[in-house]
Amino acid sequence: MLGLDKNDTKLLLIVICLTMATPILLQPFAEGSGMAQFNAGYPDLMQRFAIFGIFAIGFNILFGLTGYLSFGHAAFLGVGSYSTVWMFKLLSMNVLPGLILAVILSGLFALLIGYISLRRSGIYFSILTLAFAQMSFNIAYSVLTPLTNGETGLQVYASDPQYLMDETSLTSTHFFGLAMSASQKVLFLGREFTFNFGYYFCAVIAIAAFYLSLRIFRSPFGLMLRAIKTNQTRLNYTGINTRPYALAAFVISGMYAGLAGGLLASMDPLAGAERMQWTESGTVVLMTILGGAGTLMGPVLGAGFIKYFENIFSKINENVLHQWFSWMPDGLEDAVVWVLHFFVGKGWSLTLGGLFMLVVIFLPGGLVEGGQRIAALLRRMRNKSDGKSAGDKPGTTPTAAE
Amino acid sequence: MDAILLQILNGLDKGSAYALIALGLTLIFGTLGVVNFAHGAIFMIGAFTAVAFSKLLSFSFVTLDPVKKNFLGKPLEIQNTYLAEWFGDTVGNGLIDWAVPLSILFSIPIMLFIGYAMERGLIKHFYKRPHADQILVTFGLAIVLQEIIKAFFGANPIPTPAPEMFRGSIDFGVLIGFAENAIIYPYWRLVYFLFSAIVIGAVFAFLQFTTFGMVVRAGMADRETVGLLGINIDKRFTIMFGIAAAVAGVAGVMYTPINSPNYHMGMDFLVLSFVVVVVGGMGSLPGAVLAGFLLGILESFASMNFFKEFIPGVDQIIIYLVAIVILLTRPRGLMGRKGVMEE
Repeated sequence: MLGLDKNDTKLLLIVICLTMATPILLQPFAEGSGMAQFNAGYPDLMQRFAIFGIFAIGFNILFGLTGYLSFGHAAFLGVGSYSTVWMFKLLSMNVLPGLILAVILSGLFALLIGYISLRRSGIYFSILTLAFAQMSFNIAYSVLTPLTNGETGLQVYASDPQYLMDETSLTSTHFFGLAMSASQKVLFLGREFTFNFGYYFCAVIAIAAFYLSLRIFRSPFGLMLRAIKTNQTRLNYTGINTRPYALAAFVISGMYAGLAGGLLASMDPLAGAERMQWTESGTVVLMTILGGAGTLMGPVLGAGFIKYFENIFSKINENVLHQWFSWMPDGLEDAVVWVLHFFVGKGWSLTLGGLFMLVVIFLPGGLVEGGQRIAALLRRMRNKSDGKSAGDKPGTTPTAAE
Repeated sequence: MDAILLQILNGLDKGSAYALIALGLTLIFGTLGVVNFAHGAIFMIGAFTAVAFSKLLSFSFVTLDPVKKNFLGKPLEIQNTYLAEWFGDTVGNGLIDWAVPLSILFSIPIMLFIGYAMERGLIKHFYKRPHADQILVTFGLAIVLQEIIKAFFGANPIPTPAPEMFRGSIDFGVLIGFAENAIIYPYWRLVYFLFSAIVIGAVFAFLQFTTFGMVVRAGMADRETVGLLGINIDKRFTIMFGIAAAVAGVAGVMYTPINSPNYHMGMDFLVLSFVVVVVGGMGSLPGAVLAGFLLGILESFASMNFFKEFIPGVDQIIIYLVAIVILLTRPRGLMGRKGVMEE
């Protein structure tokens, strides 16, 4: 189906089902119960899952396939956001022109930066992209203030021209009349599910983005990108000029980032320079590595994982911890809470940093590799208990996620 | 002329910080071949050892004033520092006043230990992994260190003043025959520049004139041969990592009066220091120092109104612009050695 083989179709279908059911799946606990704080089914958070999923999928096309580690992808995110908000200011609150412009502009921008940066590789490439991103950030903050509104951030004002607006059009962001903030709440078995149009809009785009990356992974072009990662020198000796391929990958991933930035602005019509800061580039690196660079599902998992736990961990404070550990003897309880309180609430970044280090050290393949290892372990145990000989078939069915 | 001199002087203090951090980065890279993204965090920890030390020095106990009352009618509480109690007012308060320079003595062993522990505990396991992995794991480490400092010291900058003697400014122009008030320069920045010159000189002298330094240089040139000669080069490189951490640490200590330290100052400096290292040439110690001062001075020149009128915002981007031009025209940097990180 759609030019995919059986396994990939299955994978795509699973992804579609999961994304469509996200508002239900993320709301497993009843309202008012003690576990309700682990629910994550609110529109704002789910939109972020989808948007950062797109961002990470795009980054993975560059880093996962070619091995070029860019520390400057936040610049494209920022360009996407700014251009979308400008379309809101000039035309109307319809997100479509904004998103199209975001993708085009960030693509052009990526072409320029990529053309220069890709003359070098390895650590030099990382530093060049970092330098470009910091430069864009600094310019957006200072000289380009007429375009970016500097520290305040770009937003839509009532005095903006908005040439395509008439009396009937919506004043919030919408897609041909369907408002992004439109939600349908359904109460079922004491659980409140919110079906938000903005989320489904992002989700459909994310699925399309995922499908595209799936096709790239399986195409001869994707194969060429992997070859660049494995041994670029050998490719050069066989007479292949690798730079156009790497540049294409760079531009594609830049466009993904621009799209993500545009979607961020579409959900909340605001664009600030801090979106271009290099810590933001660091975030997408974290997501991709944590999930598993070079795998299809990894970046999406990583993005979801980080955004989910960021949300949950930030909500936990000392009182909650005391509640949880109240069954312990008093002294021990205080000690445990004292240790843990560094890692929750405002300390979430510490947890993330530590987790990231552990993943890089012990699981270079990220969460996906972790899952595969556990699956392999389970398979082996099952085979043993079935009384079969040790003839399990490792690697005969490479999981579709690879 | 005096305006030009003033800009050069203004660039020196930032340049000194860049040069010291870049020197440490290059030492680590040249010896161990590791790209250390946590080096900015080490600089930041150095600055916070100064904060911790001055807090330690001004540890105080409370006595009640027998006569005076505060606005609530209770006896006035007086903070007495233990130091003043033990050593008398002059010596005790003098010690507190000199907390920042004194904390160099306090920070060097700490930084050496941190560097040593980092290398043995983490970096050691990453020699055989690709550079991307080294970048990633040290990036993670930088986040962790930064967050730990934030958990203990809070997110706000902590003002740490210089000793009384060095506050205020010196009319530098008069000393070299310019008109009065032409070149006013803060004392502490002068101290910082001299200090960094001494540290840089000491590191170079150490490498150049001691046997230990000779072996390390030999190891940088050809690690394998040195190893075959029966010298435990790994141990010496570990010590060099400690020294590099100490250099960044004292750079941070002395920088605290210029900029109140906060937990993300390391990251801010790190990006620039990397640019400095690349411009100077990966693995070249003189290159790192030269590029550090050069970029510091360029940055201060670019912030002159004269240049800003030509190209608005040039002061914000000049360093990156220079880096991009250098990387594209002289890929090895200003003084890069052949064969170091060619790929």
